[in-house]
Amino acid sequence: MKRQIPLIIIITLGFMFVAHSFIPHKISTEFFDWFQDWVKAISPFAVSLGIMSLFMVHGTKISRKVPNWQYSVVTLGGLIFTAVAGFVWGTQAGTPYMWLFENVQMPMSASMFALLAFYIASAAYKAFRARSAEATVLLIAAVIVMLGQVPLGAMISKWIPETSTWILNVPNLAAKRAIMIGVGLGMTATSLKILLGIERTYLGGGD
Amino acid sequence: MFETISNFIAAFLTLSIFSFLYKDNPFYKFAEALLVGVSMGYAIPLVYESVFIPYVYTPIFLSHKFIIIIPALLGSLYIFRFSKNLGWLSRYPIVFGMSIIGMSIPMSINSYVLVQMRSAMLPIDGINSALIFIGTVTILLYFFFSKAHKGIYGKVTNVGIWFMMIGFGASFGYTVMARVSLLIGRIQFLLGDWLGLVK
Repeated sequence: MKRQIPLIIIITLGFMFVAHSFIPHKISTEFFDWFQDWVKAISPFAVSLGIMSLFMVHGTKISRKVPNWQYSVVTLGGLIFTAVAGFVWGTQAGTPYMWLFENVQMPMSASMFALLAFYIASAAYKAFRARSAEATVLLIAAVIVMLGQVPLGAMISKWIPETSTWILNVPNLAAKRAIMIGVGLGMTATSLKILLGIERTYLGGGD
Repeated sequence: MFETISNFIAAFLTLSIFSFLYKDNPFYKFAEALLVGVSMGYAIPLVYESVFIPYVYTPIFLSHKFIIIIPALLGSLYIFRFSKNLGWLSRYPIVFGMSIIGMSIPMSINSYVLVQMRSAMLPIDGINSALIFIGTVTILLYFFFSKAHKGIYGKVTNVGIWFMMIGFGASFGYTVMARVSLLIGRIQFLLGDWLGLVK
């Protein structure tokens, strides 16, 4: 019963919402609005799961003194310090919380993503080395699109920005459209599997 | 003075991240660990202010909608997820959140499938719209694996591969430019705000 009752709840509510999408009656609309308030009230508690998971993983590393356990102290220290700063001094501009965001979190996350520029260049080199016709087409399209975004492209030839726009509007659109149709069908199939009780991994292990 | 210290800390952390380009080192590991902690710590007060206060605290304590105590109690069952004996209790908040997917089925069929198919079926009035139609159909055929990709069918699916490669190339180019733009931003910060070499 520990698995069956949650399954009955999701199947019943899920199919009720499917029916509501096609037959939006006043009663079902009111029920849906009421239910949404419930879901919104449940959702902030999911953060506790993330916090507990982080504390369990890094707490275990610290207590067992595994190699590089000192970095776990940095992670937990950063978490506690930032959260406390937000609760004590607020989240408005000019508070220590926002100082941490502007001078610690934002520079590091921007640098982390900027770092990917180098690894993407390395990946492009490896793709070009593959010497297959498909890889070459991919790289030519990428180079034209990149040059089309910067003034250098127009300086080399006026055709580069025009070709870049054509690539984005025609073959790229065809690829995106086909992939979106595939994604939509995949999402629908997965949602149906959950609603029919075929997909149950989200319930976790145990009884 | 305060701004100088702030810029120095931001520059130190930026360079610590970039030091990974040389090799994995203690400075990078420190910055990486700090980023994880600070990012999570940043999210907690935000969720508290933007979700917990308006949807839990205000309805219960200010609007006196005591029925909201039930979903709040259901939400608190999440903490049993890591318990061996009471882990099953955490399924209840999960299924209440997941049941919304009933709404997502018609929505995803409409926005991802029907709208896209309708756009692909517009009258073919030029070479570009014909190419878009051919590209969409051949890519969809490529993902149909119930028929072997041989003979004429194989040649048709090959056309789909070429369209996909151009599409991936365009996405790749856009991603590279976004990352390079971030890199330029960090270099501008280091040379301008921190060292004052660029104005």
